[in-house]
Amino acid sequence: MEKDEKIKEQPEKRADVLKKDKDWDKNEVVIEIKNLKKSFGSKDILKNINLTLKRGENLVILGRSGQGKSVTIKCISGLLMQDEGECKVLGDEVSDMNDKELKDLRVKVGFLFQSGALYDSMSVRENLEFPLTRVLRIREQDELDKKVEEVLNSVGLADAIDKMPSDLSGGMRKRVGLARTLIVHPEIMLYDEPTTGLDPITSREISELILQMQRKYKTSSIIITHDMECAQITADRVLVLEEGEFVAEGSYEELEKSKSEFVRSFFK
Amino acid sequence: MAEQELTGWKKWMGEVGEQTTFLSGFFRNLFTGGFEWSEFVRQCYEIGYRSITLVGITSFIMGVVLTLQSRPTLVKFGASSMLPYMVCVSIIREIGPVITAIICAGKISSGIGAELGSMKVTEQIDAMEVSGANPMQYLVVTRILATTIMIPVLTLMGDVLGLFGGFLAVHFADHTSWQLYFNKCVSSVDFTDLLPAVIKTVFFGFAVGFIGCYKGFNSNNGTESVGIAANSAVVSASLWIFFLDVVAVQITQLFFY
Repeated sequence: MEKDEKIKEQPEKRADVLKKDKDWDKNEVVIEIKNLKKSFGSKDILKNINLTLKRGENLVILGRSGQGKSVTIKCISGLLMQDEGECKVLGDEVSDMNDKELKDLRVKVGFLFQSGALYDSMSVRENLEFPLTRVLRIREQDELDKKVEEVLNSVGLADAIDKMPSDLSGGMRKRVGLARTLIVHPEIMLYDEPTTGLDPITSREISELILQMQRKYKTSSIIITHDMECAQITADRVLVLEEGEFVAEGSYEELEKSKSEFVRSFFK
Repeated sequence: MAEQELTGWKKWMGEVGEQTTFLSGFFRNLFTGGFEWSEFVRQCYEIGYRSITLVGITSFIMGVVLTLQSRPTLVKFGASSMLPYMVCVSIIREIGPVITAIICAGKISSGIGAELGSMKVTEQIDAMEVSGANPMQYLVVTRILATTIMIPVLTLMGDVLGLFGGFLAVHFADHTSWQLYFNKCVSSVDFTDLLPAVIKTVFFGFAVGFIGCYKGFNSNNGTESVGIAANSAVVSASLWIFFLDVVAVQITQLFFY
């Protein structure tokens, strides 16, 4: 409570306070990728990806468009299967999983799409109830209402509960998308360009929301972004992807002073 | 040139393989896991109820036109009294099922193709999959079952309205009474006319739903692919309807006549 007040009083320090407020085992590896390769036709998208994500860590992946950032997180969620290499999530190899194991994994790994990917034929309430009724098999309306209201309050959109996705702004759609992902309490969150297409103020709000949600739900996250402010706010560690391989790794501050002209070009 | 032909052949074989996989996925999801009753009822409403006006008007007009077009020829041969028999047999056996199915291919199959294609482009299907839900069960099984059930119902309704259209045309041309027309219609068709016609509409309905879902579900990313999915759904579903009709006629002749 005291910390929340402190965060409210000092908006410019919110990100720093939220980052420090982690009270879980930082050494446990939740995602481990070794020598991952993925091609589409004759085009090699991922050439040699090596990555580890520790519990509670926010890992930001930077890279130009078409370098394989989204493909990497789609391999982690099992939407795409790698051609070669290992992709272990919470200790299990994704490519070895059967349908049921993959379904169980996906409850633990949330994915926020660039567009929010809200089901446009359903209201916000129905969007949020969808994973609860289909995945967690919750049928009691009181319990559904309680969970939906709680997660909507968390993302500051309690008033939008009965709106249709077409009535929401871009930032609101992202918030609802985030709420829909978080409602099943995943252990790992994968964010695909969470601030793309938003104005700077809304982008900052979404970036801070990512940190707040990480603190509240104790998630580990991989965040793909081009937005350097989002990277600065959210990153514990940054990886730079170029032509299917990671070419630099470090904290935001370290990479800002990198000797590589290519890496520094992201920070200009 | 030879390489291009081989590529086209390979592509066609690949398409057949993908459709077979999709079909097996449909049956696997039909008999396993939970059934989405609320979505199924919603699809029955969208597909069935919302097509009543179009199918009804078209069938009625087909009945009128068929009667008016056939009458001069029958009059020429002195067989105008056979008009109700001819109209009834034509509508029940062939025109009703095929016209209704073609209309549904245009309206429903393209609609499903565009809807699922758009969901694919906006990553809604991927979102459903990564949330741990089953998009095949929610989107595909419900739609295919809804078309399989609703298209035979629409066909029967269309048959009745087509016959009524035929009656109005005969009535205004020859002053035939409703009772006489009805009696001639009933005496002209029997169980062996109605049953095969209803059975083939079940297959038409399945084809309309299946092709729409397959094209939409497998559309590429990009807004252009939504239009392509809708367009190819209509073309493929229409061709499948005619192909199934030929097969149905052959089977009917083997077992019923």
